[in-house]
Amino acid sequence: MKEGSNYKIPKNEEKQHESGVIMKILIQNGRVIDPVAGIDKKMDLLIKDGKIIKIAASIKEKADETIDATGKMVVPGLIDMHTHLREPGREDKETVRTGLRAAIKGGFTAVCPMPNTDPPCDNQAQVKFLKEKAEENGIAEVWPIGTITRGRNGKALSEMTELKEAGVPAVSDDGDSVEDAGLMRRALEYASMIDLLVISHCEDKKIAGDGVMHEGYWSTVLGLAPIPAAAETVIVERDVRLAALTGARLHIAHVSTAESVDVIRQAKKKGIPVTAEVTPHHITLKDEDLKNYDTNLKVNPPLRSISDIKALKEGLRDGTIDVIATDHAPHLVNEKEQEFDHAPFGMIGLETALALSAALIDEGYLDWKALVEKLAVNPRKILRVPGGTLKEASRADVTIIDPGRGWVYSKESSESRSQNSPFFGRKLKAQVTDVISGGKIVLREGEIK
Amino acid sequence: MKRRSKTSAARAQWTKKHLLGIEDLTKEEILLILDQAEGFREIIERAIPKVPALRGKTIVNLFCEPSTRTRTSFELAAKRLSADTVNIAMAASSFQKGETLKDTVRNIEAMKIDMVIIRHSSAGVPKFLSGCTKAAIVNAGDGAHEHPTQALLDVFTMRKHLGRIEGLNVSIIGDIAHSRVARSNIWALKKLGANVTVSGPKTMMPARMEEMGVRVVYDIGAAIKGADVLNVLRIQLERQETPLFPGTREYVKCFGIDKERLAKHAKKDVLIMHPGPINRGVELSQDAADGEYSVILDQVKNGVAVRMAVLFLLSVSK
Repeated sequence: MKEGSNYKIPKNEEKQHESGVIMKILIQNGRVIDPVAGIDKKMDLLIKDGKIIKIAASIKEKADETIDATGKMVVPGLIDMHTHLREPGREDKETVRTGLRAAIKGGFTAVCPMPNTDPPCDNQAQVKFLKEKAEENGIAEVWPIGTITRGRNGKALSEMTELKEAGVPAVSDDGDSVEDAGLMRRALEYASMIDLLVISHCEDKKIAGDGVMHEGYWSTVLGLAPIPAAAETVIVERDVRLAALTGARLHIAHVSTAESVDVIRQAKKKGIPVTAEVTPHHITLKDEDLKNYDTNLKVNPPLRSISDIKALKEGLRDGTIDVIATDHAPHLVNEKEQEFDHAPFGMIGLETALALSAALIDEGYLDWKALVEKLAVNPRKILRVPGGTLKEASRADVTIIDPGRGWVYSKESSESRSQNSPFFGRKLKAQVTDVISGGKIVLREGEIK
Repeated sequence: MKRRSKTSAARAQWTKKHLLGIEDLTKEEILLILDQAEGFREIIERAIPKVPALRGKTIVNLFCEPSTRTRTSFELAAKRLSADTVNIAMAASSFQKGETLKDTVRNIEAMKIDMVIIRHSSAGVPKFLSGCTKAAIVNAGDGAHEHPTQALLDVFTMRKHLGRIEGLNVSIIGDIAHSRVARSNIWALKKLGANVTVSGPKTMMPARMEEMGVRVVYDIGAAIKGADVLNVLRIQLERQETPLFPGTREYVKCFGIDKERLAKHAKKDVLIMHPGPINRGVELSQDAADGEYSVILDQVKNGVAVRMAVLFLLSVSK
């Protein structure tokens, strides 16, 4: 915010105009990919007053800032529908501020913080707190997810109507399944009454036991307690059945097994309202990679086998899996520098998601249009939040990507407060260079403004 | 004289800084340890069973899980090589005070020590520690991962009694899923050319076991038949939160090794081994544990020699 004079807390629609200056931004010569508008060609884009005001083959107009996007992709701002911002409760791991900066660095102009904070996000006050925090930072949108059960305790339904009125696009007890199948049925039934999306973390805790990695040859060799693929798939099956019973919109979080992909594929064929996401790390890393006991690879669900990875990629290709979402899960270095059994599950992922996902293009599973759908369009459709297009008059959330640029992810360049990534030092391809969020340039040549 | 030449050969061949598991070793390295142990086996039978090989070295026994046999064996091995030893048991360490394992080890290291012998209930701890200290790390058992010195003393004992490892049929019986002894034995035996069979309740058999190059059978008779060695594992009665078998009675009925079963299926000179401590009357009957082909106490004796060999080779590696 600018110093002095008459600053007031901006209302939603005008939050990008803190300075009072109307800024014109011209993006030239980029390959504009907007699946919603059916555009994939070289075009120019003019932004003014927080909105996209013109999109045309060539725009000759004077702007305050001109971005030459020659050789780059110009796409709708990405949205991560599965993020852990850790605020409130664990601000030592991440805050709304640091999490949103990491999001911007990764090309995301919106994130959905999961409600497993302390206290959990199960009431309107907390939803508003998160939205206000995001507005203070003013660089990216947040769409907080509320809990399915009160206190995320798996015992009683949360006040979903109030949560929806406060602005949550979905509810989830992410981190745990709703263990009680009867309660899950009621949750889906109730949510369907108000057309609220339910996001399910699918894990049967009794089957998973004290497991810390995927059950297979490598768990046998490494002597680490195994989590069989079925621990996930039985709950996917259960919840798909309950979605069919109740008619609720169900979204399966972080799908990790071939069997789960298959269950979701069959459910979609039957017309059951189910959608699904996969994380970039589950399609990049495999159980064998744990052989050095690197706790940064300890995630839940666990990294699976090569055949699971192939099935996940096939699921992305044929549309069974609608979304790529990060499950960005910050943890402290000293928590991760422990015995493998004791280290917490999770890795950060906002800053590496685009590059890791773009590898699917080289591998032939997706093209750029499909990738933009998975990262920018489908999540918004599923969540029913606005955006995801560069059509004239839409909010100016734009991500510019250099698809061929090689780069190395480093701790120094990371904006996250945590460092639990196995990708530091790894050579990656495709980098987010510029981001415009709500009509403001928030990332320019890789630097946060 | 003979031992001397072996020692200098060892200096030339041994290059590993740590002993984290058998999986990391080559066949030659395993044989080197076994040969080195032969020399030490002779020393521990002497009137004064002590050599000055590790004089001035300090070795820490960091045991974060209860153990009498392995800890004592390592301590004796170190003392017979004239090293200074310090024992740290879990109860006496600072884990309870919330200090991390990494900090504990770095604090110990700051006191100028050469080697840490680590026993821990979590798999991967020796590997983890090898990355945060300059001291040499010896794995004395990590979770269900590896227990390399146990496997080395097991194959040493087999070789002493049967004269070879290659071509032997070895059956490992019991809770394979939770057994580091089983895993280390499988690596060692496969590398040395033995045929390995594992047997136990299916609930105690880890996933895709066959891919480790072993035969899996659930019929105890089939596991005993044709075996030159039966390595019988301890059934962890104390680890039964979610019961993995219906009860002791049923276990004994299906997998217990006793005289009758041996008489019916076993080769008559089959070697009976057990890493201890034995649940008498469960995995091994009284008469089988103390029978003429039981080499269980011999294993314990050989354990000291094998651990002397390991400590010695690690101390000479550069």
